[in-house]
Amino acid sequence: MKRIKLFLAAIIVAAGFVSCSDNNNDDDIIIEVNPLEGYNMLTKLTANTHSIEIYSEQDQFTIGYNELFFRIKDDAADTYISNAEVSWMPVMHMTEMQHSCPKSSVGVTDDTSVYSGYVVFQMPGNDTEYWEMTFDYSIDGTSYSLTEKIDVLAPVNDKRRVTVFTGSDDVRYVLAMMPLDPQVAVNDFSAMLFKMESMMSFPNVADYAIMIDPRMPSMGNHSSPNNVDLSYDATSQMYNGKLSLTMTGYWKINLKVMDDDDTLLKGEDVTDENEASSLFFEIEF
Amino acid sequence: MQIEIGVVPQYSIGVRPERFICFLGILCCLLFAIQTHAQEKKVESVIDSILPVNLEEVIIVASYDHTLEHRSQHKPLSTLDEYLESSRKVSMIKRGAYAWEPVLNDMSSERLSVTIDGMRIFGACTDKMDPVTSYVDVSNLKEVHVSGGQQGAEQGSVIGGSIDLKLEKSDFVEKGWFGSVETGGETSNAARILGGELNYSDSKFYVDTDAIYRKADNYSAGGGDEVAFSQYEKYNLSTNAGYRVSEGKKLSASFIFDEARDVGYPALPMDVSLARAYIASVSWSQKSFLKHFTDWETKLYANKVTHVMDDSKRPDVPIRMDMPGWSDTYGFYTQANLRLESHRFLLKLDGYYNRSLAEMTMYPEDPDENSMFMLTWPDVRTFNSGFYSEDMIPFETGYLKLSTRLAINMSNVADEFGLNSLRIFYPDMPQRKNRFLKSVSLQYYKDLDKFHVNTGLSYGDRAPSVSEGYGFYLFNSFDNHDYIGDPELSNEKALEANAKVSFKGDRLSTSIEGNYFFMQDYILGEVDPSLSVMTIGAEGVKIYKNLEYAHLFNISWENEYDITPVLKWTGILSYHRGVDDDNRNLPFISPLTYKSGLQYAQQGYTGSISMKGAASQENFNPDFGEDKTDAYMVFSLSMGKIFTIDSNTLYVKLGVENIFDEYYSTYTDWKNIPRMGRNFFMNVSYAIN
Ligand SMILES: [Cu+2]
Ligand SMILES: [Cu+2]
Repeated sequence: MKRIKLFLAAIIVAAGFVSCSDNNNDDDIIIEVNPLEGYNMLTKLTANTHSIEIYSEQDQFTIGYNELFFRIKDDAADTYISNAEVSWMPVMHMTEMQHSCPKSSVGVTDDTSVYSGYVVFQMPGNDTEYWEMTFDYSIDGTSYSLTEKIDVLAPVNDKRRVTVFTGSDDVRYVLAMMPLDPQVAVNDFSAMLFKMESMMSFPNVADYAIMIDPRMPSMGNHSSPNNVDLSYDATSQMYNGKLSLTMTGYWKINLKVMDDDDTLLKGEDVTDENEASSLFFEIEF
Repeated sequence: MQIEIGVVPQYSIGVRPERFICFLGILCCLLFAIQTHAQEKKVESVIDSILPVNLEEVIIVASYDHTLEHRSQHKPLSTLDEYLESSRKVSMIKRGAYAWEPVLNDMSSERLSVTIDGMRIFGACTDKMDPVTSYVDVSNLKEVHVSGGQQGAEQGSVIGGSIDLKLEKSDFVEKGWFGSVETGGETSNAARILGGELNYSDSKFYVDTDAIYRKADNYSAGGGDEVAFSQYEKYNLSTNAGYRVSEGKKLSASFIFDEARDVGYPALPMDVSLARAYIASVSWSQKSFLKHFTDWETKLYANKVTHVMDDSKRPDVPIRMDMPGWSDTYGFYTQANLRLESHRFLLKLDGYYNRSLAEMTMYPEDPDENSMFMLTWPDVRTFNSGFYSEDMIPFETGYLKLSTRLAINMSNVADEFGLNSLRIFYPDMPQRKNRFLKSVSLQYYKDLDKFHVNTGLSYGDRAPSVSEGYGFYLFNSFDNHDYIGDPELSNEKALEANAKVSFKGDRLSTSIEGNYFFMQDYILGEVDPSLSVMTIGAEGVKIYKNLEYAHLFNISWENEYDITPVLKWTGILSYHRGVDDDNRNLPFISPLTYKSGLQYAQQGYTGSISMKGAASQENFNPDFGEDKTDAYMVFSLSMGKIFTIDSNTLYVKLGVENIFDEYYSTYTDWKNIPRMGRNFFMNVSYAIN
């Protein structure tokens, strides 16, 4: 694991601070703090005298939803570039074909040198098949492009957080669970749904509905009370609901996806005869 | 379903005729034996300090000389549970051979106050495997005071009544060193009992120490079948000391350590690997106080209970689990008497703080999977403080007693994890909840020469118990449901009326006593079909609810007749009824029961023959897992002899219980586990003076 310890960047103390303290003033002190302190640098891509440092709360590119932050560094000047125009494109190179995955556009955070967005990888790379990330950006009217291989891995606990399915409407969808710090409580629970328009285009799907039925298969497949099915929220472009977890352990979140006409696209009810839906997420804590 | 209250159902007596003839034969032998001995003064077992206005029952555990009660108790070294069961008012719910749960007026733990010398203590088991009474033993008790309904309000906010276990103390009697050793054995469960005490007492100082050890294997039911997982092992150590600071001023302290290990619960899916309590107190008492007050007593106490359940010995369980629980209580009370003209006041201020925490960890079959953890009691902190006062007003031929208790009860779910768990069910549940509890009671006694009349009317309420308020998936194996508490439950209230008419002749005493409880917001678990069970194999989930109302009605008829000055006959018949607002039967309501016995005591010889039985339980509650428990009748016999060796005394008692090896269970037997079959016992006590 390339967990990188980030320290406070240099603290530059104004001249005279040490010797003459009478009229010193906070404005004299310039403190440069790494705005991504506490995040993990997943990789550093280098080209065109620039390097792109990709950070995340996670410690690896994982299948499922990845919230990513990155900075573009001018290696010569040793400064970070603010307000660049950036777009990105993840592509998986498989033996038979190439495809992309759902992703957001790139935005700038409050710190103008930090860019962010999300990528939903549907599958991990392996020895022969791999993901490549392309960044296209322009600085002061000059366009640059940078492509490099990245390692996308299955989550450490191997629990399912993303699923690709073909709906009853013959459309392929990608359904991703938003990261969750599960608690024995009523948890805010969200997911994103994307339609696979082409190999390279995965637009967000609005106004469908996602039913959840959490179960504990190791304990007689019991459920939990007061769950709220996920419904679409246009602002966040996510499906939000509530997930009750009555104890720690392994939970299977059985899912059903309905379209805006209430037609079942995928998933089955859990009954005595049917232990689980074919569409599900997993949580273990 | 139409049910009329107060109608005695038809019943049958489940005893074969040949047994009855055999019983009569034994009776004749006993009667014949009596003729051969000279007369001796009848054993005095009535406590005279108790005013007749109090309808209190006192169960004597130890006699004046500190040995166990060898005269009136047919099996002196029996467990405290058996002592309580032999009482007129208390019955015991059994989940096995150990730690029975007392029931008074058809109400158990949450509706009663069970105290040890006035100290509040709460079991640490979410499944009621450790009632308070399981943490003391007969070795350290003097007597048990049983008060029904609001007459128990002196001890706390109660509905059904109170049971106060009084510790045995030498109390500055000038006896010097004295002690005793006691041993006993029983055949049905190979019980071995060994106990002893060593005491020193003079007018300035006393110290009492007691120890008892009990070990029992599985018992056999009537017919000889062994009841698996009914073994137990326990020991209890206690010490008491007092110091007379000056005339009328005493400082005393007590400490009890009780530990049970490897306790089987045949009626439950789990056993107990450890049940342990530390119970300690210091008290100060003063004969007079602030001029007008007398008998001022102040006590500070603390107790700590640990309970660890264990399923490792059960051959097939759907899932392995650990379920430990803890209950710590700290409390005080201070009380004094006050006489103003003819009024006799008792004023008492008390308070306690209890912390109840229980957790459950389940281990999935797949070892790579995380264990499953939940808090079944979410670290509930209860602070209760109350003020009790009573006024006894004597009349020429009677008494009037007025009493009241006002208390505040504050509970707080201290554990964030537990609070969030409960908020799955109750999203807006506050972390704290305050309740105000009140009780008023009026009791009247009139002496009409040979007749005595007691009547009373009272009102009281109680806060929900920790399980009722905050329990999280507590599995009840009787009705096979998981239970969830409701923190927003209303207080349960009871309007109670009682009456007793007794006649005391030269040889015959007879009394009829009845009480009626009209309970509002009666707390009972009700099925919520929308919820999914947690426990594998459970049928459903119940949530504690306030029923609009429920009625409880108890009546008993007691008789005592001195056939000769040395031979006494006693007989009790009692009937109970409980229904809710929907006319459904309440659970654990006794059918018609009876007890009858002959007791003989003369010149160092004692003997008793007794029978007890019940009609079949017609009014059962199937929603609670009950079925119609059959009628039964069992007989017991005991004989004792007291030898004097120098200045020491040797007591020997032999007996047999369930003489005809009847296979039976009663309405209080969890999941109908059978009771013990024929059981021979022997108790020997040697008192050294
Ligand atoms: Cu579970
Ligand atoms: Cu227990």
